[in-house]
Amino acid sequence: MTAIENPKTYKWVGTRPIRHDGYDKVVGKARFAADLNLPGQLHAAYLRSPHAHANIVSIDTSKAEAMPGVKAIVTGDDFPALDITDPNHDVSINVLARGTVLYHGHAIAAVAANTKAEAQTAAAAIEVEYELLPVVLGIDEAMADGAPLVNEHNHQKFVGPSDPSNIATHTPLERGDADAAMAAADIVIEREFDCAHVHQGYIEPHACVIDTGADGKANVWASSQGHFMVRAITAAVLGWETSRIKVTPAEIGGGFGGKTTVYLEPVAARLSEKAGRPVKLVMSREEVLRSSGPAPGAKLRIKIGATSDGELTAIDGWMAYQVGAYGDFAGMVGAMSVASYKFPNLKLESWGVLSNTPKTAAYRAPSAPHAAFAIESIIDDIASELSMDPIELRLKNAAVEGDLTAMGMPHPRIGLVECLEALKASDHYQSEPAEGAARGVAVGFWFNIGEQSSATVNLNEDGTATVITGSPDIGGSRASMALMAAEELGIDVYSITPVVADTEAVGFTDVTEGSRATFATGKAVVEACRELKVELCRRAAQTMGVDEAEVEWVDGAAVSPSHVGGEPLTLAAITAQAKRTGGPLTATASLNAAGAGPSFAVHCADVKVDEETGQTEIVRYTAVQDAGTAIHPSYVEGQMQGGSVQGIGWALNEEYIFSSDGVLMNPGFLDYRIPVASDLPMIETIIVEVPNPSHPYGVRGVGETGIVPPMATIGNAIKAAAGVRMTSLPMSPPKVLKALGDAR
Amino acid sequence: MEYAAPTTVDEARTLLADNPGSRVFAGATDVVPQMRSGRPEPSVLIDLKLIDRLMSVTHDNGHWTIGAAMPTSELTSNGEFTSVFPGISEGAGWIGSDQIQNRSSLGGNLCNGSPAADSVPAMIASEARAVIAGTDGERTIPVADVVTGPGQLSLADGEFVVEFEIDDPPANTGDAYIRMTPRTEMDIAIVGAAVRVTMNGDTCTDARVVLGAVAPTAVRVPDAEAALIGSSLDEAALAEVTAAASAAANPINDKRGTIEYRVQVAGVLAKRAAVLAAERARA
Ligand SMILES: Cc1cc2nc3c(=O)[nH]c(=O)nc-3n(C[C@H](O)[C@H](O)[C@H](O)COP(=O)(O)OP(=O)(O)OC[C@H]3O[C@@H](n4cnc5c(N)ncnc54)[C@H](O)[C@@H]3O)c2cc1C
Repeated sequence: MTAIENPKTYKWVGTRPIRHDGYDKVVGKARFAADLNLPGQLHAAYLRSPHAHANIVSIDTSKAEAMPGVKAIVTGDDFPALDITDPNHDVSINVLARGTVLYHGHAIAAVAANTKAEAQTAAAAIEVEYELLPVVLGIDEAMADGAPLVNEHNHQKFVGPSDPSNIATHTPLERGDADAAMAAADIVIEREFDCAHVHQGYIEPHACVIDTGADGKANVWASSQGHFMVRAITAAVLGWETSRIKVTPAEIGGGFGGKTTVYLEPVAARLSEKAGRPVKLVMSREEVLRSSGPAPGAKLRIKIGATSDGELTAIDGWMAYQVGAYGDFAGMVGAMSVASYKFPNLKLESWGVLSNTPKTAAYRAPSAPHAAFAIESIIDDIASELSMDPIELRLKNAAVEGDLTAMGMPHPRIGLVECLEALKASDHYQSEPAEGAARGVAVGFWFNIGEQSSATVNLNEDGTATVITGSPDIGGSRASMALMAAEELGIDVYSITPVVADTEAVGFTDVTEGSRATFATGKAVVEACRELKVELCRRAAQTMGVDEAEVEWVDGAAVSPSHVGGEPLTLAAITAQAKRTGGPLTATASLNAAGAGPSFAVHCADVKVDEETGQTEIVRYTAVQDAGTAIHPSYVEGQMQGGSVQGIGWALNEEYIFSSDGVLMNPGFLDYRIPVASDLPMIETIIVEVPNPSHPYGVRGVGETGIVPPMATIGNAIKAAAGVRMTSLPMSPPKVLKALGDAR
Repeated sequence: MEYAAPTTVDEARTLLADNPGSRVFAGATDVVPQMRSGRPEPSVLIDLKLIDRLMSVTHDNGHWTIGAAMPTSELTSNGEFTSVFPGISEGAGWIGSDQIQNRSSLGGNLCNGSPAADSVPAMIASEARAVIAGTDGERTIPVADVVTGPGQLSLADGEFVVEFEIDDPPANTGDAYIRMTPRTEMDIAIVGAAVRVTMNGDTCTDARVVLGAVAPTAVRVPDAEAALIGSSLDEAALAEVTAAASAAANPINDKRGTIEYRVQVAGVLAKRAAVLAAERARA
């Protein structure tokens, strides 16, 4: 909880007001997409593939159409065939299969009926004839010579015209001479790692309600990380102009990257168009796990060389990510994890490999956790081989401003060293692990993104402000927008109403992803407020009868040394007179933000391993992260804790378990084991603040980095506690017990 | 599907007899998820929770009588019962969460027929009996004889469990149930082990060892019991218990655990449960 002091002091930024949307959420009034009901609405249900790979020979919907309550049925034939080069091609054939099903649970048809039960019964009555195709489930299998094709539409990207392939991407990166450096190194450690598919596990299943009117316009209410994205993809899949669709964002019950794409909306819009009635479509938990995007699985072979005094000299890495049945989400950025250290020589090869499993989607720092698990495990082994403190070894090699990332770009000002120092000085690191426990640490990195954002700030006649953005609030961003506006305008944070507006009420805004909302949308809010302050001063000058240049905005009021005897003119006083001084006070800012600040984290875990059952207990856990500036420290801590907990689940028990024919065996939270509260200690947090020079308040995104270090942190702690190096995620009790047995 | 809520055992018996394809339920914490995941609906769902006899717990004449439909939370909050049978309480206390336990019953846990049912091994270790009502009246059989395989019961059509009987244990007796789940709660046992021992000073005079989740039904492990009886739970005896329990385990590979893991951990948990039960017996 101790925050390293940010040199700047603010009145509102850095405080912890109760979030503006908190009350409604606590009393159950907040409206999530599935809470919405329209008069006359129908309910829709899917028919999904019982096979992991098959040609659809025929679909007969006639029996289903005649069933009670049925109003409309759609199949892939109701949608245009997008060209294979269209960026939405893959999502369009994922939304409803065309000719071939590519994974178990792939949607084939959907029915809208008066009730959900009628829709489900009718969907089950649709007759489909399949011709089974070979199922490819693993990375080695998919990459083998002569492997059957996972998806005949997939071609390797960025290589020009090519035959269909199981490879999505292949990205080699080289700097220096890794082979020579490896040969010269005093110590070289090489290991192979594997990681199972994991799901984001958001608590709210995908849901939407859509009313396609007689005018051909569709009104969409949906839960997503970006309603402009929903509008664009839905329009593309339907073959409509974007302007035919209006999307109103519902409250969102978690996304973590998984809601940066579309599954339901084109289907519900077409059903609504056909039936002439609003259609509600809500996934079950089972559908979420079977048919929405998990994060990729991976296989990695990493080799790191170092000198005997702990200088990391080279890394040689082969990383293959299992991206599911489509190539459009290819985990090619695993190489990012190398960015934490000054590796003078590197040779990295990243692959995106297809399999007949669900289309993968982003999950917090997509593909970095896998790579960090591997790299940070080996770095830990190097530290213990050299008898160095794991923090000292990392400090010795930590990247600083100007050092090159794997991609060859120099780092801007970053806070890795500060994070390592903060952990070193922490109570946790300074205390001995509890009796029977041992400790592990690891580093994580995420680069973060900027992208497009818009904000409109309206000053109201009573002196309050409405801050309107297009960024769905998945982690407390409304409170952060309000805090930055309060700081700028100098009014109380509760005098500000932050609103996330629909696609027709605010300027275009990209998805809430890449830890960008508080950074980029926040920047737009600040710009709009600054424009308003200029206008407020102009109005005040007019009222005071002084020169505009002599008015300054101080603490929520216009003051002027030339205004003899006059009181400062407050924001409320100016807005009350707006009609007489030139009309409403409002400003809009739109931008494509550059300068997203990378965020680093260092985690530390103390664990106990039951050597007879292989079970790992986490007894103490601390997350340290550079937030740049923590606008609302509670929500920064929340992101750090949330990322840690998801990472702990990934480390210990979460995994997709497929049968040999590609059926997910654990499509529910009973057997897809996300952690429960009693699995966890309090996640202690230390916010480090090394301000990002490219943001008016120094913000770095904090949403993703927190999930990068936990797997290696826990793996390193297990090594310290039980003496076994775990190289396979999850490090579940059977795997740990087996490793202990093998070591004996 | 229809719903019926009889208030007497006779009424329930008649409903079952008159409606082929009907099914009784108590907490419905197994029944509802099973229907949701596509199991065929019964013709009539017969709610047992309005029958007083199935909802109460009594202790007299040297034995306990526990209503088959009573929420397990009522049993685990019964201080007298939990002090006498801490192992049965542990088993019942592992079922789901507080919310689940305010609905779930011992009858449902047993008659769902899952080899992983948490309350069953300790019930068997205490030689609990099930009182069963059917068209021809009532009969009493050992709990160990109710389940014959995963989801399979020895009950005839029209029969249901009314209550359980457990005799007061002899002096210096203790029981314990330990389960292995990857998560600390809200999980299904990969292995469960219940042990009940009676001690005379440092010597064990009677023992029952029962494993859950490692065979088609909960299984007693006579070799482990023999190793305990006459021993002081010394290292050699415990090693025998471990080996016997592992040998008795006949599990499957599934999403919850591997054969290799279950066999190994069955031994470990049997040993740990024995030590804990003996500690309680001596206390
Ligand atoms: C989230 C969750 C977590 C769970 N965790 C656990 C756990 O950790 N451990 C565990 O063992 N179980 C667990 N369960 C399963 C379930 O809660 C238990 O098996 C519970 O004891 C069932 O009791 P019930 O009264 O709800 O049974 P019901 O669902 O009412 O009935 C279950 C079955 O028994 C039959 N039945 C019920 N009563 C009788 C009777 N008197 N005579 C004859 N047949 C009868 C029913 O017809 C049905 O077939 C969990 C369930 C859920 C939903």
